[in-house]
Amino acid sequence: MSPSPSLAQRTPLYAQHLAAEAKMVDFAGWEMPIHYGSQLEEHHQVRNDAGMFDVSHMVVLDITGSDATDFLRYLLANDVARIQTPGKALYSCLLNERGGVIDDLIVYFMAEDKYRMVVNAATRDKDLTWIRQQVLSPHKKGRNVKIRERDDLAMIAVQGPNARDKTHAALGANINAARELKPFFAADCNDSKSDLFVARTGYTGEDGYEIILPAEQASATWEALLAAGVKPIGLGARDTLRLEAGMNLYGQDMDEDVSPLEAGLNWTVAFTPEDRDFIGRAALTQQKTDGPANKLVGLILEDRGVLRAHQKVITEHGEGEITSGSFSPTLGKSIALARVPTAATEHCQVEIRGKQLAARIVKYPFARNGKSLFD
Amino acid sequence: MSNVPTELKYTKSHEWVRTETDGSITVGITDHAQELLGDMVFIELPETEANYTAGDECAVVESVKAASDVYSPITGEVIAINEELADAPETVNEDAFDTGWMFKMQPEDAGEIDELMSAEAYAELIAEEEH
Repeated sequence: MSPSPSLAQRTPLYAQHLAAEAKMVDFAGWEMPIHYGSQLEEHHQVRNDAGMFDVSHMVVLDITGSDATDFLRYLLANDVARIQTPGKALYSCLLNERGGVIDDLIVYFMAEDKYRMVVNAATRDKDLTWIRQQVLSPHKKGRNVKIRERDDLAMIAVQGPNARDKTHAALGANINAARELKPFFAADCNDSKSDLFVARTGYTGEDGYEIILPAEQASATWEALLAAGVKPIGLGARDTLRLEAGMNLYGQDMDEDVSPLEAGLNWTVAFTPEDRDFIGRAALTQQKTDGPANKLVGLILEDRGVLRAHQKVITEHGEGEITSGSFSPTLGKSIALARVPTAATEHCQVEIRGKQLAARIVKYPFARNGKSLFD
Repeated sequence: MSNVPTELKYTKSHEWVRTETDGSITVGITDHAQELLGDMVFIELPETEANYTAGDECAVVESVKAASDVYSPITGEVIAINEELADAPETVNEDAFDTGWMFKMQPEDAGEIDELMSAEAYAELIAEEEH
């Protein structure tokens, strides 16, 4: 095991991770907890009760100005015109002109001239460069849009069937404004003591909150959640939880050479209204007309073994590749996301260490809301 | 700090070796190795009667995190495997040095066992890795 590079950044919850005996690893230039003892136990804790993740390494951007709506309608493949209700959230890809995915993100509508966007830590630099280039691009000249990176904020995700109840118990009146939130909505919860942005969103397939808050309030909030019985969960379980929930991981299930149509993200591309010009539209329209060559599917391994990223998938219609694979603690079997020829269905073989093992092609998600969706 | 029983021999690649009274050896991975790998979910063992040279890949342990090779500590033939691990790979996490054993071998040259690392040398190796 190589020691963490000394230049790695630390989140405001670093001391809490050490106190909980976390195994720390370098992730996208951040020293982050991979697990606090057992990744499997942490996984089950989230599916069955409540767990919390330090996701302060993620990047919060506030996008403001009288042209913010127009700008985001051009920048993103999904259409922020669909979320003109305060607090409403939208998942979208950020595309290049070829229709490849630069990043995936969540954008929250706060007001017509005020949005909040959360993007991945690993893609921070290229996202910021790209977004700022688009603000300055010639035919957008003179537009009133401001991009502000909020590196003064921390982020804690509380997830699991009991996550909301335990968060209410831990934070009390501070989060009254969040209690009635519908899924995929957020609210500002401010009082004299705290300033929380609480969203009913997540990356596990469970109910819960993602709380964005000033860095200096992070440790007290974490301790309060801990006292209410919410257990700390590392990035390891975060990955198996999102995989079971059938949620893409940027850089693994899609990247700049893959379009959302080949990554199972058709539902996140708003082709209507037809007169909305967005980056990547022409390329995606062409691909939609031609029919994409590949699709993203779920795999369940029928033989013993563990599916892993980059293993070869053999189908009757040609070869594909696993993009994310692991052991599913909820199913007790190995599962994967794989990019395979569009015509492939039902059965395939996966090549693992020179042997071909049988797998079933399925529609994901594999598990959600505490339960396996397969026998 | 990981547990390193003094009566065993060790390899740089984190296998442990116990010499039995009949001259055969029992092989597993160390407590330190299982701790680094995390929760075991699948173990692929060698076939009995397979022959390996010291340093050959002969088994694979898969944790939730990743797959890792297990190497043959000596040259010889596999004479038994721990069938229990097929349904209970977590045994390696719980008891790496005893019920979590992986396979038994008949060494071609018993002298090879003496050349493996002592508990003291192995403890030094993992102490270095941790710093």
